[in-house]
Amino acid sequence: MKGRPELYTSYAQDTAFLNTRPKRAWTGVLVVVALLMPFAITDDLLMLLATGFVAAIGAIGLNIVTGYAGQVSLGHAFFLAIGAYTGAALSGDPDGRVLGFGVTSLPVWLLASGLVAALAGLVVAPIAVRLRGLYLAIVTLGLVFLGEHIFREWTSLTGGPGVGRPAAVPELFGVRLDRPSELFTGPQQLYLLMFVLLVIFGVLARNLVRSRIGRAFAAVRDRDLAAAVIGVDLTRYKALAFAVSSFYAGVAGSLLFVVNGFFDPGSFGLLLSVQYIAMVLIGGAGTISGAIMGALFITLLPRITRELPAVLPFISADATGAVTVFQVEAVLYGLLIVVFLIVEPRGLFGIWVRVRNYWRTWPFSY
Amino acid sequence: MSEFLQSLIRGLGSGSIYALLALGFVIIYKSTRVISFAQPAFMLAGAVLVSYLAAEVGFFVAVPVAAVLIAALALGVERTVLRPMIGKPVFVVAIITIGVDVVVRVVTNAFIGLDVRQVGDPWGLSTVSLLGVDVQQRYLVMLGTTVVVVAVLFAFFRFSRIGLAMRAVAYDQEVALAQGISVGSVFALSWAIAGGLAALAGVFVATGAGVDQQLWVIALKALPAIILGGLDSLGGAVVGGLAVGVVESLVGTYQGDVAPWLGPNFALVAPYVLMLIVLLVRPYGLFGSKEVERL
Repeated sequence: MKGRPELYTSYAQDTAFLNTRPKRAWTGVLVVVALLMPFAITDDLLMLLATGFVAAIGAIGLNIVTGYAGQVSLGHAFFLAIGAYTGAALSGDPDGRVLGFGVTSLPVWLLASGLVAALAGLVVAPIAVRLRGLYLAIVTLGLVFLGEHIFREWTSLTGGPGVGRPAAVPELFGVRLDRPSELFTGPQQLYLLMFVLLVIFGVLARNLVRSRIGRAFAAVRDRDLAAAVIGVDLTRYKALAFAVSSFYAGVAGSLLFVVNGFFDPGSFGLLLSVQYIAMVLIGGAGTISGAIMGALFITLLPRITRELPAVLPFISADATGAVTVFQVEAVLYGLLIVVFLIVEPRGLFGIWVRVRNYWRTWPFSY
Repeated sequence: MSEFLQSLIRGLGSGSIYALLALGFVIIYKSTRVISFAQPAFMLAGAVLVSYLAAEVGFFVAVPVAAVLIAALALGVERTVLRPMIGKPVFVVAIITIGVDVVVRVVTNAFIGLDVRQVGDPWGLSTVSLLGVDVQQRYLVMLGTTVVVVAVLFAFFRFSRIGLAMRAVAYDQEVALAQGISVGSVFALSWAIAGGLAALAGVFVATGAGVDQQLWVIALKALPAIILGGLDSLGGAVVGGLAVGVVESLVGTYQGDVAPWLGPNFALVAPYVLMLIVLLVRPYGLFGSKEVERL
């Protein structure tokens, strides 16, 4: 079909990975820009972006269970925590203060973290598949509190609250990626590592959701009873959605603190779950690229609010003034979620779709 | 035995706080089909308001005034933020209430500051001897007040015209609308009642210990309570609240001896374990009505 790129003659074409020419072009541009980024911006911004990429992996996971399969989970922080501690314990120093097994090879502990978290997801699944809507949301919320308790008390693993433990060691083929090498600085390497991992897991997720399984998820989300009638095994697919989502959470969790190098059990509270929900909702539920946009947006948000005192002098930069940046930040989370849900329920992705559609038919876009 | 009784009464006292909060959740859920995660913020705001008012007009005037003011605040929130969201998916609305919660809480925190504020209650930590057991007065007050409030509420729903309207809306919103009931005002009223109950609960939490920025966490204990009792059962909310309080208190008393490997402070998460166990057996809670589905 030369010269008619948008004419689809087969279903496979329609559901292809990048089904339009502009999508292919823009994805290429984005990847190139992201790869050139380390040479353009400073290391602290790179570290922030790297954290954002990891958060994006986690947000994709939450999006699979909440956005695609429609099972609202507030328990994402719990699975992130399981991944974080599995990764940290596997790669930790065997003679250290906290539990460690000294398996520092990144692919090994990355996969192990994902699998352990997925296993935890499967353990929870029997309860979760029986519940719907708000019951499920509150039960998964309960998981977060239980997890917080376990990780607070299991000090030989976690180091205890306020003390913490070192995060997983990012070593690939014998090279420590968090230490500077001859070519790159540590943050540059971590940035590139996280970017590559995000691309891998993003492509995997995209392929999953446009497969038979993904369509089953969407059917369960839209009307689970109708899905059951047309032959979707509800128990199986709900459990699968939880397992896959937890796998992503585990992977993201194990990487989440690699950039900082240190974390304590207080990090995995309700706030973290709400942040991930915010990423999915602000980015756009039920889209992979939306989850990535949302994750980057939420991760960069504190950085943006830190700049506010320079612009708005009544906001104080430390914790003492009448209106502090921390309060502004907390309020912003709430306000942004509310504003997005009311004004643009499809999130950042929806804004992008509107922009795209405007220019697609330009100058006749009315 | 006296240790057991003390623990039991302590549990019933704090359980009545959870019951008040849970009632608010359930009342909002029944009329609007949404869980309001803004309850913690209203609870905190109520306690803070009393801590300011009590110094001016005395504790016993401050509490009802604060309850009414917080009810008005909740009503205002419903009218401005929630009313435009009618018809949106319940989960979206629930998330919006989280947003409301964060905003109200941050604003309230600015009035607390870093110190602990006292609500000026006359009981403090003083005890009274009941059947030979020393119990703190405040627990008895909590339990007594809750019994009265619950009785008034149930009478209101059972015997008053507005209560009937609310029950009709809870049963079927469209049919209620067709009967000439203003569903919107029922939504607003249920938010107001829930706000007032939350404020009352906030004051009770603050008696003895005072108000600090972490007070709102207590309100999350009402969540296992409502799930335990069933999301749409008022009686279930009361039973669930009391059960959560008693379990928490008894576990706190005996778990250290019986199962020390669970770690200190296990009592704080025990309600969630209870919730999970109940849900394994009854997915709609103890008294919740099973959802009937058709295509």
